[in-house]
Amino acid sequence: MLDSTPDGLHSGESPLLQTLGLTKRYGDFLANDAIDIDIRPKEIHALLGENGAGKSTLVKAIYGLIQPSAGEIRWQGERIVLSGPSEARSRGIGMVFQHFSLFDNLTVAENVALGLDGRESFKDISARLEQVSRTYGLPLDPRREVWQLSVGERQRIEIVRALMQDPKFLILDEPTAVLTPQEADQLFIVLERLKAEGRAILYISHKLEEVKRLCDTATILRGGKKIQTCNPRLETAASLARMMVGGEIKEVKARAGRKTTVPRLVVNDLSLAPGEAHGVRLEHISFELKGGEILGIAGVAGNGQDELFAALSGERLSRDPGTVVIEGIAAGHLSITQRRKLGAAFVPEERLGHGTAPRMKLSENALLTGHAASGMVHHGFIDTAATLQTVDRATETFDVRKAKRDPEAASLSGGNLQKFIVGREILRNPAVLVVSQPTWGVDAGAAAVIRQALLDLATAGAAVLVTSQDLDELADIADRIAVMFHGRLSEPLAARDASREKLGLLMGGSIPEPKEAAHAVGA
Amino acid sequence: MQLVLEKRTERSNTIALVSPLIAIALTIVTMLILFAILGKNPLLALHAYFIAPLTDGYSLQEIAVKATPLVMIAIGLSLCYLANAWNIGAEGQFLIGAVAGGWIAVKTQGTDAGAWVLPAMLVLAAAAGALYALIPAICKVKFGASEILTSLMLVYVAELFLDYLVRGPWRDPHGFNFPTTAEFDPVATVPLLIEGGRLHLGSIIALLVVAATAILLGRTIKGFEIRVVGAAPRAARFGGFNANQLIILTFAVSGALAGLAGMIEVAGPIGHLQPGISPGYGFTAIIVAFLGRLNPIGILIAGLFLALTFIGGEQAQITMKIPLDVTKVFQGILLFYVLACDSLILYRFKLVFPNRQVARGTG
Repeated sequence: MLDSTPDGLHSGESPLLQTLGLTKRYGDFLANDAIDIDIRPKEIHALLGENGAGKSTLVKAIYGLIQPSAGEIRWQGERIVLSGPSEARSRGIGMVFQHFSLFDNLTVAENVALGLDGRESFKDISARLEQVSRTYGLPLDPRREVWQLSVGERQRIEIVRALMQDPKFLILDEPTAVLTPQEADQLFIVLERLKAEGRAILYISHKLEEVKRLCDTATILRGGKKIQTCNPRLETAASLARMMVGGEIKEVKARAGRKTTVPRLVVNDLSLAPGEAHGVRLEHISFELKGGEILGIAGVAGNGQDELFAALSGERLSRDPGTVVIEGIAAGHLSITQRRKLGAAFVPEERLGHGTAPRMKLSENALLTGHAASGMVHHGFIDTAATLQTVDRATETFDVRKAKRDPEAASLSGGNLQKFIVGREILRNPAVLVVSQPTWGVDAGAAAVIRQALLDLATAGAAVLVTSQDLDELADIADRIAVMFHGRLSEPLAARDASREKLGLLMGGSIPEPKEAAHAVGA
Repeated sequence: MQLVLEKRTERSNTIALVSPLIAIALTIVTMLILFAILGKNPLLALHAYFIAPLTDGYSLQEIAVKATPLVMIAIGLSLCYLANAWNIGAEGQFLIGAVAGGWIAVKTQGTDAGAWVLPAMLVLAAAAGALYALIPAICKVKFGASEILTSLMLVYVAELFLDYLVRGPWRDPHGFNFPTTAEFDPVATVPLLIEGGRLHLGSIIALLVVAATAILLGRTIKGFEIRVVGAAPRAARFGGFNANQLIILTFAVSGALAGLAGMIEVAGPIGHLQPGISPGYGFTAIIVAFLGRLNPIGILIAGLFLALTFIGGEQAQITMKIPLDVTKVFQGILLFYVLACDSLILYRFKLVFPNRQVARGTG
């Protein structure tokens, strides 16, 4: 074990914000268990942990969104009880959420004005907004409407809005999750500058390299408990990961002896108008995916990945049958059930409510996608034994942990439910698997199982299409990587040529120079 | 100290069974208070409502007769509600079924038409009820019109249409100007099960409907489709199920069952068409559906219970001069409690002590 207060960690300054034994209980569940954390001025303090480790609960308590069940929060040495976020803001605590709270149809300045508590005139707010955004190098046009902006620009609004309150302490919740690598670099410059001004920053992330590069201190949470506070620069990514996970993470086995075969999923010049207001129009998407191959689709969220998934799965139909070809059969006009019968399988991003019916049993959720082609239905009657057998097989093969044989989907943890969903589809031996964000919000152990399963499926000859925002994940498993931007899909790059920088440029909408020298992301 | 609702990790099956009973208990407590306010002896009133009807054979048969349309309609409605389609207009579908089937009875009156009349009436009534229910369903699917409003409004259309027929073209010429058709011929009447009694073939049909629906929902892919479309629409679409088709289907089935119930009621206990052939069966069936937890067996029990309130209400009016409208108040309060108690399936009550230190300091 490491020493709990390593040397040279805390400079002389007294903490700006402290939590002492902070505990939050939801029913029988301890989301935060007696957490002590000290945050000092001029410090970028990382809060590390897997999903469900209690990071969000802790910052919600610090920002006054929830009341702790026990323990206390001290602000500049004095005990405080926050009545809500506006009190937190008035004391100098600001927060930038992972999910933005912006009105799409309002302008940047209007959104900022709505979020401010004071009585400033709209004109003054606009002027101050321009000034703050210029000072910190966060360019924003106050008059543009939010729906026209990229995700990175939307995040800038949130940051500028927080900065306009001149906070002494700023909380950022996974800010780089939605940014291209280049945008992330720009953000780090801003954060360094805020630190130099004497502010403190609490930086929530699970990207270890980023934390090592940016943060002075890191507090690691696991299962609601504080595991360690350390200097991340003195740690390795592996040692940080061990603290987060509480054990070694299984490396996925490389793709040895995999041969590509015939094209199993072909998309020909697929264009599709958006289904809803401010949705993304798919434009001229074409690619070919062979058996034995994994194609990764990278891109910042909201660039048409959801629309592409719907078009591939058949949740949205295309007028021209030839736009989507599954196993050599034009399927653009076919329903999702018919596409499944052709051998396709799909795993959507949302586990609860899309991939499964939350309040239904796992056996019923096995039936949800298996009814068409898995022998679970005879003459309209459900074969309950067959559905339960699928649950048992998925449980066994993919190590799904659950309290009883056939619980409701909603009662499983995110990782276990995802293993079940992926397992349910893989057990059908699909020829084509389209999977969106396979390990989003999943613990490291489950993520490794899922990635390995995708690799094994491709090795067995299936064509696998993986959409992910996690470039490391794509580097780990994909053979080729293409990038989605504004509803268009770039030419796929071979994974070994797809450097982080190249992908980052594509994710930001620029075409990289053809002869750029760069090293590969892949290990 | 405060009382909070806390989400359960998994829905509680025990509470799912117990919650209607809690609702009934709460309703009875409320009614006791209401009887006391009305100046009636609450315990006697309760006896008249719930005990007296169970003590003689005639009332027991009458309960089954009243439960028949309630159960048939509620079964149909439960399919709609499970699929997230809100058919509020069963009353209208009931009336239209009665009118359509009654048309055959009226037209064959006095002729020596054979045994085909009653089956034809039942088939036509079901078809008419289904078509009438399809109006709001199609408006919903094609134009996005709220099926709640349109199905409800069509109730009044049906009521007035029936009113017009029995006051005008179909009025019995020998009926002393009463707005009613002539009594249906024996071939146009639902046979009784016990000679001289009240129980008729319709009750058997209702039981068959209950059994068929239990199999449909529990064992078939169509039943699964209905449940999943209502419980998780996006997941249902991902599963390849079409919510719009299901709106059409469940409305048609529930309309058919309501129409059939209307025909059985008119060709059975009533024996002719007249205004007011339904004491609000189509609306009371909504309560039956929810009280029965949208489950066929539950609906059967709930239908018998609500039928008891109808008979008990009449009894209380006769013996204690409690207005018949109190029965409707009772039914309304019951629905209110049923829906309220349902939150206990997904949530539980918990006492919390937000700040123990403060509590200790002051206490």
